[in-house]
This record gives sequence, structure tokens and C-alpha cells, in this order.
Amino acid sequence: MSHAIGIAVAAPHATTSNSAGRVMATVMAALAPATLFGFWLYGWPAVFLWLVTVSAAMLGEAFCLRLQGRQATPALQDGSAVLTGWLLAVSLPPWAPWWIGVFGGLFATVLGKQVFGGLGQNLFNPAMVARVALLISFPLQMTAWVAPLPLFSTGAPGLIDSLRITLNGMPAGYDAIASASLLGFTKTELARGIDLLHSLVQAPAPGWYGKHPGSLGETAAWLIAAGGLALMALRIISWHIPFAMLAGIAVPAAILHAVDPARYLDAGTHLLSGGAMLGAFFIATDYVTSPNTPRGQLIFGAGCGLLTWVIRTFAGYPEGVAFAVLLMNSVTPIIDSYVKPRIYGRDRKGAALEPGQ
Amino acid sequence: MGLFERIFKHPSWGVHPDDHKRPAADVPLRILPPPARVYMPLHQHVGGVARPIVLVGQQVLKGQLLAEAQGNISAPIHSPVSGTVTAIGDITAPHPSGLSFAAITVDNDFAQRWIETDPVADPFALAPEEIARRTAAAGVVGLGGATFPAAVKFALGKRLAVGTLIVNGGECEPYLSSDDCVMRDFADQVIDGARIVMHAIGAKEALVGIEDNKPEAIAAMRLAAAKFPEVKIRPVPARYPMGSDKQLIQTLTGKEVPADARAAEVGVLVHNVSTCAAVHRAIRLGQPLVERIVTINGGAVDKPGNILAPLGTLVDELLAFCGLKARPARLILGGPMMGTPLLHGRIPLVKGASGILAFDAREATIPPAGPCIRCGSCTKACPMGLLPLEMAARIRSGNLDAAVGFKLGDCIACGCCAYVCPAHIPLVQYFSHAKGELAARERAKLRTDATRRLADERIARLEREAREKLALAARRKAERDAARAAGAAAKTKAAAAEQPAGATT
Repeated sequence: MSHAIGIAVAAPHATTSNSAGRVMATVMAALAPATLFGFWLYGWPAVFLWLVTVSAAMLGEAFCLRLQGRQATPALQDGSAVLTGWLLAVSLPPWAPWWIGVFGGLFATVLGKQVFGGLGQNLFNPAMVARVALLISFPLQMTAWVAPLPLFSTGAPGLIDSLRITLNGMPAGYDAIASASLLGFTKTELARGIDLLHSLVQAPAPGWYGKHPGSLGETAAWLIAAGGLALMALRIISWHIPFAMLAGIAVPAAILHAVDPARYLDAGTHLLSGGAMLGAFFIATDYVTSPNTPRGQLIFGAGCGLLTWVIRTFAGYPEGVAFAVLLMNSVTPIIDSYVKPRIYGRDRKGAALEPGQ
Repeated sequence: MGLFERIFKHPSWGVHPDDHKRPAADVPLRILPPPARVYMPLHQHVGGVARPIVLVGQQVLKGQLLAEAQGNISAPIHSPVSGTVTAIGDITAPHPSGLSFAAITVDNDFAQRWIETDPVADPFALAPEEIARRTAAAGVVGLGGATFPAAVKFALGKRLAVGTLIVNGGECEPYLSSDDCVMRDFADQVIDGARIVMHAIGAKEALVGIEDNKPEAIAAMRLAAAKFPEVKIRPVPARYPMGSDKQLIQTLTGKEVPADARAAEVGVLVHNVSTCAAVHRAIRLGQPLVERIVTINGGAVDKPGNILAPLGTLVDELLAFCGLKARPARLILGGPMMGTPLLHGRIPLVKGASGILAFDAREATIPPAGPCIRCGSCTKACPMGLLPLEMAARIRSGNLDAAVGFKLGDCIACGCCAYVCPAHIPLVQYFSHAKGELAARERAKLRTDATRRLADERIARLEREAREKLALAARRKAERDAARAAGAAAKTKAAAAEQPAGATT
């Protein structure tokens, strides 16, 4: 048929202007304010670590794509590798050495994502897989927090000093500013028999503003929440997972804190500490590794929150967001197979409705 | 609409594509000059193919029966022009396969001579069965695109005592405005047709659902329906696929049609506004369905708008009448969401064609499909509450039975899922493929079953014949033995008889 027009493809013959790349770009834009705040708060070493981690994630992705004999550029342009690297970077201690970023970035895209078959195929959140791998392999470097030393403030390292920090690790001169996160500090103190009523007095209390020791981009709760709410307004994510996850942390924390304030941290501290905010709005909401239906997402989010609180409170690690998310990732397929939307003309179990109903 | 209604009453399903209906919808209706030749396919409806009753060379009048309905579900075909039948044979079908099927070709004599019509002054004095008979004889089928014979639905509605007629003026497909045009320009015909249909099925009320993006049509229909309190005009939110029967029924009545059941079983029957107008003409004027209003639209069309054209007109002639700015990059019969792609324009206008779209290169571009990122947009958009991404994943791996487990059979192929997919995965293509494959499998199974039954019957027959042969042989043998025995006995008897006789002698 020489005069044929077009090709015989099934309808629809129209499509959305949305794309996977646009979704990723929007998420990155929402994550940018908290990240920039982290850059300002922790200075040049944080910028270098971010660059190294994102580059390593992209490198890992490109390497795997080339191994598969595929063009690397189009797949990299969807932004998913950048976002994975970015999410990992903001969850790292801001002055961590360069090889932490390289190891983590490569681990995330190669073992966390590409071995499963690439975008959309991975069971676990790649950034959290890498974070947990790093935490277990290099516990010292992964818990070396620094007190905030904002860019251009007195005592903040300059560009050259910062490069040295990133390349050689934290120099002796900066030991003074090495600090602990509140979760880690109180856990250690509790283990030593000092209860919260006494230890909290000397602890760097976390606030909404975020000027306290913590991961590169996890401390500014207000900026993270604002980014998350923007994603909800743009309908990139729904409210179910963030709400359920934060409630899953806050509700048990509030109850047990009311029972024994000397043993259990209050809900506010839990929500503003560690990766709770970032996890609820940016990590647990990852499309690929979370359930598809609103009810499934509520179950998933509540599970993430509850496990985070359980790990923080009773387990050996001071922080539990990464572990909680990974554990819930593993049950996502089960949730998806049991929690399905009701089909038009059928009841919840899938049986046809009676005409009288 | 208040904020509350916007948030809580707005349907949660579906999509809201750019409707592209204007400016085409606002251009006054144009009438196509009669074409020199028309091609009337024998199969323009759901059901049996019509059987030609004219001969090549025969003179026919406009509206004359060319082919009669065949079977319980079928529709007759009438001549859209007066002239001469020049061929009865294969032409290209309006189907992406480009296969051919049978049509009757009529050369126009431009005399526009009508058959003698049989108008009815008061249809409400007729028996409902008579209305159904006349509607069937006029070849009226669902003009919204479903092309189901209208009279068959009347009978169904009557039998199931349907109380509510829903008149579908949703026209949710982007680009299309032929129903809009019918409602604006022929509102009286639509309302009258709806009342005739109500009489035919015994319905107490009619609800006319019109998407709220057609204010002119709503105003015209309200005016036409003012005298008839039983006909209620109900604006509905503009949301694709509002024009789908199940979604419109749910929006207007709150009722859900159970899976695998028909709308009539919940007491409603749906007819399209253009179908109602066609019923009006069939009954009041006695005119069979030989023309329709079709939207010619798309970026490649110079003067888009609605055209009243004889059925059987070639798409190329319709496009030439409206002018083409550029060579179309894609040609579609119907709307962009559910329409059929056409490989060329040498295809006749059929009863169910509400629109012909000629897309320019920009409109026709769909980015290449990427991997599914499980964003769930498709599950949010699905008006049936299905999980398109899960079904597609199963079909992709060849596990059709698992896709059926996700109720693939409930998919209405509306295209919402594929439309919203940010990875541009052709989900409907997957589902159509699987449905076709399952249907083929079903046919093969039926065939195997039939073959097995025949084989079993043959074996049974052979065994029976062998048994009968044996029985026959046994009987013959018994008979022979009996005969022999009888013969022997007779002989003995005779001998015995002779003996005494002999003895006496």
C-alpha cells in the first residue's frame, strides 16, 4: 500500500504531555530547596559529596546499560539515576569521604536497580539499599556527624580545605566539631543508664528549621515538607504514604512517651529527627517500590512508620528509616496482590453485583 | 459548580484531555454536494451481514432497500442516492487490516428521487412493536459508534420493563462534535425521537446527559424539552469517558451495571442523541437511515466542521470538501481515544462514523514507549477500577490467564490508561491483543470440542454398527439354525408321517 498514511496502531491516538523524565525532574525540583539548605549548612564538603554520589550513580547506570548493549544517553536522560544518587547523597553524613559516595552511588544503580532489570523492575528502593549497605559496611564513617558550619561563616572550611576533607576524610583539626545526632546520642546515653530526662538537656535538639547535626539534606524539615506538599499539589504523589508513615511514627511514639517520658522520645522529636521527613515524602513514595492503590499505600506507609519507630526505639541502630522502607518494599507485591480497587459492577471480592444492588 | 461539588462530586475516574472541539463545533453545519458514486458496505452494524436484494444495472431510488437484514441481530441497508447499481462486490473495509468486504456501489443520477415514504402523523397511537418494526426496517443502528441495531434494544427494553431511557449526549471524545451539532440544530428531532423511543420501550422518563462543555446544546435541548416534563436535560461534568454507557448510567442514576449484565437489567436503556433523531426521521417521515452528520477535524484539515453527508461517501471526498492544509500524518475513523486508524481515505462513510480526523504530524506524534515506572496513573484513570499496569505486565509475559484474573474482560478499551501513561506504553494494544488471543483460543477450543464430539460419535456409531452387525449375524445364524432345525424337524416329521403311512401301506 504505497499511499498508506501512518501505521495501524491501536487507539488512543492522543497522549499526555507528561513523561517519566518530567516526573523525575519535578521530584528533583521539590528536593532542591532542602538540598541547597544542606549545602549552605554543611559547606563545600557537602557539595563535593553530592557531586561524587550523583556522578557515581549515573556512571553505574551507564555502565550497566552499555553492558546490555543499549544506548546509555536516552535512559540516563529520564533522570532516574540522578534522582537515585541525589536521594542517597542527601541521606549521607555531609562530610563523609568521597569513596562513601562512589561506593554508595555505584551500589545503588548497579545492585539496587540494574540487576533487577532497570527502571521499574527493582523490588527495593535503590537509594535505601545503598544506604543500608554503607551503614553496615562502614558504620564509623556513616555515623560521623558534624555540627552545622554554614558556608562563609567563621571556622567553615574553604574550598581547598573542603576538598581535603572529601578526599582524605575529616582532618584532626576539625575533630572539635564532630558531633552526634540526637537519636544516636540518646541511644548511647540510654545504654549507659542515663535516661532521657537527663540526656536530652545536653542534646542538640532538632527543630523545624534544621540547624542541627544530621544527614546532608535530612535536617530542614520545613523545606522537605514544603517540597513534599508541592509534589502532592502537582499530583506527583498522593497524601496516603506520607500521612500514614508520619502517623505510624507519631502515634506509637506519643503513646509510649505519655507512659514513660524517661524512656521514650516524644512524637515531635521523632518526626523531626533523622530521615523521617525525607523518608515519608521522598523515599517511601517511590513509585516503583510502593503499592499502587490508595488503601495499599496507607498500609505500606503505616508499616514504614511503625517499623521506623520500633527500630529506633528497641533495635541496635539509632535510625531505622532505611531498614523500615526496605522491609516494607519486600511486602509491596503482597500488598498489591491482596489490596485491589473495587471493579465497576463487581464487589470487593470480584464477584458480579446483583442487579438489585 | 461549587467547590464542594468540584472536589467530592467530580468523578474520580477518567481523564481530561484537551477537547479540541472548537472551532469545528461552532462552524455552521455544511451539506456535502451529492457524490457521483457511493459505496454501501453490507456490514455497517453489529450482527449479521445484510443480504443484497438488488441486481447490477438495476435503477434504485433514494431510500430504496439495497440489502435486507439477515438474522435476529442485523440491519438493512438503503440507497443514499437515486441512480444505478453498478457493482456488488468487495471494497476496502474501514478497518486497520485494510481487508476488503462486500459493498453495493450505486452511481448517482443526481435526480434525488426518493422512494414513496410512509410518514406517521401520531407515533404514540402505534403499538410499541410497530415502532420497533419500522425502526428496524429503516436500518437505524446506534450512531454513537456502537452500531447495535436500535430496534433489537427496543425489544430488550420492553421485555425487561425498563423505566428510564438515558439519552446519551455525552460525546466525550475530543475533536468530535457531530452529536453536539445534532443537539444544537435538531433538538426538536432528538426530543421527539427520544419520546418515540420511550413509547417503544414503555419508559416513564428520559434523562438526557450532556457534558457541560456544550452549553449551546444544553440550551437548545432545554428549550425543545420544555413542553415535555418526562424528558429531563441533565448536564454532566465533562470527563472522558462520560459518553460510555456504564459511566453515564452511574453518573445520572447512581446505578452500577453489574459485571456481565446488560444495562436493561438495572432498569435503564441508553440511546445516543443522533440515534434518537434517526428514529424520529424513520417514524415521523418514514425515511430510512441514508445520511449522517460527521465531524471532519484535525490539524491537517483546512476548514474543519460538521458535514451532513450521504452514507457511502468516500472519506477522501469528505476531506477534499473541507480542504487539507497538509498531507495527514494519521487518519482516524471516530475519535482519538477509541477511533480506528485508517490506512487511506478510499473508504466509505458508514453509519457508525461520528468523525473523521486527519491529524498533522505534530498531533500524530506519540513518543516511543518506555519502561513502566509503576506510577499508578493508569489505575487512577481507569473508569472500571481495573489495574492496567498489572494486566499489561501479565500479558507481556504471555500469562493471559493471569490477566483474565485481573478481569481483563471488564476492560471497555476507553484508552484512559494509555492516554495518561507517562511512559507512553500502548496499554490498549496489549489488552486488544490479549482479548483477540483469548477469543481465538476459545474458538479453537470449541473446534477441538466439536471435533472430539464428532470423533466420539463416530466411534460410537462404528461400535454400534459392529454390534448391530454381530447381532444381525447372530440373528441370521439363529434363524438359519432355526430354519435348519425346523427343516430337520419337518423332515423327521415327514419321515415319521411317511413311516406310518408306509407302515400302513
